[in-house]
Amino acid sequence: MSGTMTIFRRELRSYFSTPVAYVFIVIFLLLSGAFTFYLGNFYERGQADLQAFFTFHPWLYLFLVPAVSMRLWAEERKTGTIELLLTLPITMWQAVFGKFLAAWAFIAIALALTFPIWLTVNYLGSPDNGVIFASYLGSLLMAGAFLAIGSCLSASTRNQVVAFILTVVICFLLLLAGYPLVLDAIRAIAGQGVADAISGLSFLTHFASISKGVIDLRDLVYFVLMIGVWLYATAVVIDMKKAA
Amino acid sequence: MIETRQLTKRYGDFTAVDAISFKVEPGQVLGFLGPNGAGKSTTMKMVAGFLAPTSGGATVAGFDIERQPLEAKRVLGYLPEGAPSYGEMTVREFIDFIADVRGLSGERRFQRIDDSVARLHLERVLEQPIDTLSKGFKRRVGLAGAILHDPKVLILDEPTDGLDPNQKQEVRTLINSMARDKTIIISTHLLEEVHAVCTRAIIIAGGRVLADATPSELEARSRYHQAVSLTANDLQQAKEALAKVADIAAIEIDPQDNRITAFPKPGRSIFVAVGDALKAQNVAVRELELEAGRLDEVFRTITQGAAGKEART
Repeated sequence: MSGTMTIFRRELRSYFSTPVAYVFIVIFLLLSGAFTFYLGNFYERGQADLQAFFTFHPWLYLFLVPAVSMRLWAEERKTGTIELLLTLPITMWQAVFGKFLAAWAFIAIALALTFPIWLTVNYLGSPDNGVIFASYLGSLLMAGAFLAIGSCLSASTRNQVVAFILTVVICFLLLLAGYPLVLDAIRAIAGQGVADAISGLSFLTHFASISKGVIDLRDLVYFVLMIGVWLYATAVVIDMKKAA
Repeated sequence: MIETRQLTKRYGDFTAVDAISFKVEPGQVLGFLGPNGAGKSTTMKMVAGFLAPTSGGATVAGFDIERQPLEAKRVLGYLPEGAPSYGEMTVREFIDFIADVRGLSGERRFQRIDDSVARLHLERVLEQPIDTLSKGFKRRVGLAGAILHDPKVLILDEPTDGLDPNQKQEVRTLINSMARDKTIIISTHLLEEVHAVCTRAIIIAGGRVLADATPSELEARSRYHQAVSLTANDLQQAKEALAKVADIAAIEIDPQDNRITAFPKPGRSIFVAVGDALKAQNVAVRELELEAGRLDEVFRTITQGAAGKEART
């Protein structure tokens, strides 16, 4: 466990010792604000909730999370520090998990900094803070799943741009799988069962159900499994490269 | 102690390391010599546990690097090729990170950090980001990380690459000072380094061990071994004098500086005889040297001569 925490601390600190962290946080806050007020019509809806804010999170993460995850392993491979890291007395799991947790904590910080919008909505009306809390939780879990996918793809290349593009594409497919337009098309072609199965794989479906304020065990399990499977795949990819 | 058994690494059809077996005992400094792409780094990466061998194996201080990787890595200090480190960290942060991973704590932690920082003269740059340091400093930061936990076994891949002559000398002194109770492997393509720090040298090329001997044994293989070189004021006179020495097999004259080298017949010593002959003929000599052997020549002969066939010892 201490190995994981050591890696976690080093990684998290390294985000903030480069401009990357600040650029990311500023852009995240600007975009989430812009989406909420312009695209989400926060004021015009006239409702004291944060739906206009959370609806756009999947699309925001689609581009911002891969930008964080692309460097996780690709950069280590490029600069050769992976050789240092993997010859230190830590297990592969500690390295994979520590790095993932640091990236996740970083996104959690960015997410937490959106608190003014929560203050705003509480000032303007009396929203259901339970729903808002559930939505934050769902958003964070979804970001974790995006990150775990990005971690695996970053491990498979030394090129950060390749890692970024691959991650965006896979995450995009997983989002689309829950998009009503796509689901309707699938339903028309392959029937209800297939459409349900596909929508069950999507981030969108599970995120939507959590952000209604219902923390269903199945949704939690989905995200935890998603994170676990992709992190496992990360370790497998690194092991394969070691033996290649 | 480090031991490899038939260590092999293949990439598809290409064999980077071909069944290398050797054993290094505490107190030995083993120098890995070989042309670029000979398999030096690949061998070291496998012993350090970064690459998995295709077949064969390695043990570090008795721990199998594949079956007991954590135990092996705990007793091992490894400097990868190019001395990679996290550029955005300051030197102090980096050393602290290594100390954390190595589980150093309390008094010993301070002691080890002070010792490593002092040995590599990093005091002045402790608060600087590693990215802003010169190549020489970066290498020393990597070295400080490798020796931080006072490991029993050290594997250093080109530890003096990119250092200036003074820094090279310092790193060699450092290695020598640690050599007594540690098992050390270094790779290098500097032949003078073999003399300066190694008690034993392995020459590899094409992934195979071509020679495994002490530096002086390697020199003895040189055709210059026991040869006598001299520079005379009068070249012709010197040649006449040397012609009278019975044990000389051949004489070569360097066309650039007219330095004469006399090669003895196998197993003979000619140094005294040459001296006597020169004195008898009253030849004025500016310098006279008994050659120990030239490592660069041995290195070339071994690595080029064995391009096709095996020349194992």
